[in-house]
Amino acid sequence: MSDSALPLSRRPREGFITATLRLIGTTAMELALAGRDLFSVFARTLYFLTTRRRDRATLMRQAFEMGNRSVFFLVVTMGFIGTILIYQGGLQLKRVVPDFSQLGANFLQLLVRDIAASIGALMLATRIGAGIAAELGSMVVTEQVDALRMCSADPIDFLVVPRFVAGLVMTGFLIVLGGAVAFGAGALTAHIAFEVPFEVFMTARSVRLGDLVTGAAKCVAYGAAIPLVSSYCGLSTFGGSEGVGWATTRAVVNSSLAILMLNFFISGVALLIFPP
Amino acid sequence: MAEPATQPNVASSLGATLADIGASFLSVAETAGGMGLLFGKVLRRLAPPDIDGPELRRTLHKMAVRSLPIVVVTAIFTGAITVIQAAPIVTRFQATGLLGWGAGFSIFREIAPLLTALMISGRVGANNTAELGTMVVTEQVDALRALAIDPISFLVLPRFIGIVTTLFVMTIYADGVALVGAALAADGLLGVSPVSFMNGLTGGLLGVSDVLSGLVKSLVFGLMIAISSCYFGLATTGGAPGVGRSVNATVVASAAGIFVLDYFVSFLLG
Repeated sequence: MSDSALPLSRRPREGFITATLRLIGTTAMELALAGRDLFSVFARTLYFLTTRRRDRATLMRQAFEMGNRSVFFLVVTMGFIGTILIYQGGLQLKRVVPDFSQLGANFLQLLVRDIAASIGALMLATRIGAGIAAELGSMVVTEQVDALRMCSADPIDFLVVPRFVAGLVMTGFLIVLGGAVAFGAGALTAHIAFEVPFEVFMTARSVRLGDLVTGAAKCVAYGAAIPLVSSYCGLSTFGGSEGVGWATTRAVVNSSLAILMLNFFISGVALLIFPP
Repeated sequence: MAEPATQPNVASSLGATLADIGASFLSVAETAGGMGLLFGKVLRRLAPPDIDGPELRRTLHKMAVRSLPIVVVTAIFTGAITVIQAAPIVTRFQATGLLGWGAGFSIFREIAPLLTALMISGRVGANNTAELGTMVVTEQVDALRALAIDPISFLVLPRFIGIVTTLFVMTIYADGVALVGAALAADGLLGVSPVSFMNGLTGGLLGVSDVLSGLVKSLVFGLMIAISSCYFGLATTGGAPGVGRSVNATVVASAAGIFVLDYFVSFLLG
């Protein structure tokens, strides 16, 4: 067991300043190295994407695995999210201004601009990210990736690129589907709980071009980030079967963090480009 | 010749579909029943508490203290995103005084409990399953049983308490940090001063019930993550690939369970 795994009270004594500096230093080094490796995977993925012809069957299998298999999970979670948001929002609205005519319009705008893409992508990060990392991680620890290298087949070209393309395409479709389900569930909730007629709720008059562009940019960014981060975590697996579990954990956590940070930057830039 | 050949095919494909539906129903029932039984066993060992103390302390340190940085980063960003998303409505109605209330309401009631639970489920829940699963497939759990050590009170109970406590405490942290993130974003992007943000927050529209509702949710989510991660970890079969499958199943079950329970708790608490 290494020192850092012990509880704080049982670690060997070290000066407070030294310990803090060491912690900051190692964290910064690890972050910088991980960032460099991730960028290298991204650059090589783009390179192979533009230079090689793709195997259609592999691509379709990945797309089926990520897309069709996630539909049920995504529909359930997004349906519940739509219901919860409208119910909670409606309760607050009742407290302040009991006017429900803007509820649907504002909800649709928020869905298009942020919630459909971000919550949907967080859900997909758990589903797709864990799957990719577990699969690639098992291939690494059973030395199948080394076998690919022996056959002079680049693992990035062979394993990452199909997942990247499938993730990019399927995330877009799934997010649009999830958004539609959330809006439908929201409309139903508003109708039952607050007696808002469907024709009042279902209006797109608040959605502007800027919202659509922001939502589409988020779809593309998340669709690229989830498979890339998860593949990177899967390929950097070490330490046998336990390592596969760790890789899966890191894939889910890091993809979720990547989504949150991308969301912050894209939303911030969108606020500056399309001022309200 | 083609007619009689296709006839049994249709029947068998219908039969296969029905068999599929039945099999998936049975497997869902098995999972739910297994989780219920595990929960019952854990509760029975809580009645006079039968916990391994050092293991509990180790687990709490690993789960809670080590998760703090990721929870803080998540909370700051989500707090800021809340304000960015509220910006168009706030500027349209010139309702800068209500920004603190809106951010506080959504953070306390939904965003902090929900996103903290998702992060903890990804980090702690998945890790817990991987650890228990590895112990099961390397027969360490059987070894414990052979030594007359109860795996539930030695392995599961500390992890159970650890996850529920971790999520509860982390949600409190996330509430505070997300509000700081929201106040910073309001100041930087919308020019709403921290003072008027604070006034909106404490203006009387928000009550203790909003904070408590979020904390009750965090307890429910913690139970969900704890049950599913321990259950799938202990139910691991099939060697190393089985551990990967278990982790995947845990993450998906926790995320779906969190959203479904969020719905019910929101309705019950009103």
